[in-house]
Amino acid sequence: MQTLFLQGPAVTLRMIILVIASIVLMTVDHRWNHLEIVRSTLSHLLYPLQYTIDLPIRLYYWADETLSTHQSLLDDNRRLEDLHLQTRVQLQKLDILEKENDRLRDLLSATPKLGEKLLIAEIINVDVDPFRQLIVINKGSNDNVYKGQAIIDAQGVMGQITHVNALSSMAMLITDASHALPVQIDRTGLRAVAFGTGKIDFLDLRHMPHNADIRKGDKLITSGLGGRFPTNYPVAIITHVERPPGESFARVRAEPLALLDQSREVLLLWHNEPEQATLTEETDAGNHEKQ
Amino acid sequence: MRNSNARIGFFTIIAAFMLAIMPLPNWAVDFRPDWVTLVLIYWAMALPASIGVTIAWMVGLMVDVSHGAVLGQHALGLVIVIYVIHAQHQRLRVASLLQQGIVIFVLLFVQQLISLWVSGIMGQAPDNWLYFMPSLTGALLWPWVYIILRDLRRKFGFRARY
Repeated sequence: MQTLFLQGPAVTLRMIILVIASIVLMTVDHRWNHLEIVRSTLSHLLYPLQYTIDLPIRLYYWADETLSTHQSLLDDNRRLEDLHLQTRVQLQKLDILEKENDRLRDLLSATPKLGEKLLIAEIINVDVDPFRQLIVINKGSNDNVYKGQAIIDAQGVMGQITHVNALSSMAMLITDASHALPVQIDRTGLRAVAFGTGKIDFLDLRHMPHNADIRKGDKLITSGLGGRFPTNYPVAIITHVERPPGESFARVRAEPLALLDQSREVLLLWHNEPEQATLTEETDAGNHEKQ
Repeated sequence: MRNSNARIGFFTIIAAFMLAIMPLPNWAVDFRPDWVTLVLIYWAMALPASIGVTIAWMVGLMVDVSHGAVLGQHALGLVIVIYVIHAQHQRLRVASLLQQGIVIFVLLFVQQLISLWVSGIMGQAPDNWLYFMPSLTGALLWPWVYIILRDLRRKFGFRARY
């Protein structure tokens, strides 16, 4: 039986309880990591929807590949073989250099170089939040993806994983307004922190003194400080240096090298960092379980 | 009747979710209305006995997950909006579409304001007036949402009775 007046203390009470529950949830979720399990459970329900939305695009790529002509495949093949040959020649040199480096490190009894492992993941084409730089990828805890893991593409660093579910995970790009990446300048070794701006095409280097040796065209690479990102991956190119006399810091902008809004595939990077065991509470408990 | 109504409600909410995550060209992204809230508002108005604040809260949590936002951010705003709709549903039902649209603009705006306040606390607040565009497009699209959902409800919801 449907009553005419639903309004009453019961609904108001429920509303107040839910408002308080939301505030508690937000606080807990923001400060601790206890709610990851809730989030990943809920995203199981969401995954079919994301998959369905992505399906037409996936089908388009599939059809594009399947229906491409013999000639274009041959062309592609020839081009890629040439490229392969070139990269192999470069790798030969690199291989020798790496061995030499290892030997020298041995002589200096420095810490051994870190092993790295890669896995290709595809971006699921769904819109997340227009004012944040987040992406969803199709690999999750089933593939041992962990929170805080670095993702890169062929050009440079893209971002890091923020939420891991079983089959998918969410990643924050380096241009997100709440992202900061420890970098150093390739040419001088000067360290800096590259802050995301919320815009897809530039990063901000804050707190650089006026006399810092930075030029337009300098390349930024990851410094590895903080332990989240492996060292020496390209990040961005400095596009803009301004030293306004009235201000205490220089204004420095850099353009990310990774094709943040064009890549369809990303690489997940595992690096067994020796410091990882001693990281502070900032890394979540789930991270430690994965080690 | 209740069951088939609940089913059609469920499907429209799913459809709203899909519209909300569907990739759009860059110029259109800022104008995307908050489909989930619009659909929930309709159902809270049409069937306040079955779609209440609790369901709104749960749907809001799903929105948070899909947005990668902190859990509760959209749920909070949605609960408040649906509560107001609940309290005023009899008045709103007899109002003209234009009047409904105005009320819905205000509600959507308040919801976005709550969400903005939360992201401000997290340090992720967007510094752009376009942020409030979804409220406007949502209110402008309201008559269509209303008519489409009403027709759907009449077509599938009450089949047993008529």
